[in-house]
Amino acid sequence: MTVQALAKALSLTEFHLAEPERQVLGGYAGDLLSWVLGRARAGCAWLTIMSNQNVAAVSLMADAACVILAEGVQPDPDLLRRAQEKGVNLLGTAQDTFTAALALGALLER
Amino acid sequence: METIKLVYPVEGGDLIEAGEASSKMKLTLKKLGLPQEVIRRASICMYEGEINMVIHADGGQAEVEVDMDHILIRMRDTGPGIPNVDQAMQEGWSTAGATARELGFGAGMGLPNMKRYSDEMSIDTQVGQGTTVTIIIRVPQA
Repeated sequence: MTVQALAKALSLTEFHLAEPERQVLGGYAGDLLSWVLGRARAGCAWLTIMSNQNVAAVSLMADAACVILAEGVQPDPDLLRRAQEKGVNLLGTAQDTFTAALALGALLER
Repeated sequence: METIKLVYPVEGGDLIEAGEASSKMKLTLKKLGLPQEVIRRASICMYEGEINMVIHADGGQAEVEVDMDHILIRMRDTGPGIPNVDQAMQEGWSTAGATARELGFGAGMGLPNMKRYSDEMSIDTQVGQGTTVTIIIRVPQA
């Protein structure tokens, strides 16, 4: 499934879609950035409540397909700018991380 | 392919801006056409090294050598050094301060992640002198 299709299916807010056709291969939830770097897999949709601009760099290094900010968290202006500069897919949802992860899992299993 | 040598300065102090050197290296490795997973592993190692240099050593320098069959990344700083390397290599051990933790760092995963994603890793450190972390990532040959 592409990031764009995922965003539509889960009614996600599109803060920045740099690469809408990128394939989502799985999911990961976490807020400790080094933990994410160590554990998340390439092509994942990464759910987090962190909104500082380091999120863009971590997503880029971990080669995540997209970042989904949960709990209605808005990206810091610097994160949005960095996502635009670096070509990071940055999405958002009002759902809490657990609920969003359940929805993502159900969608990817279809 | 001749060995390509790249040098990236890492600014100290500003954790918010950290990641510039890693981003630039990643872009260069992409242009060189290296396998995606090799680029990912090198980028994560470099980023963790960069973050460590910013948090603990007020910056430093990363030297990258790209060859046909491997990438070598040498990260040097003149920071305080690591008194106990075995402890620093344990997941969860961290001496990072409150600011780093608020930003989502300081989980004690930096060096362990570098070990996880590299094929070889060595740490040369002296208390009061600085630290050099060298990692090698092998490029699988088709």
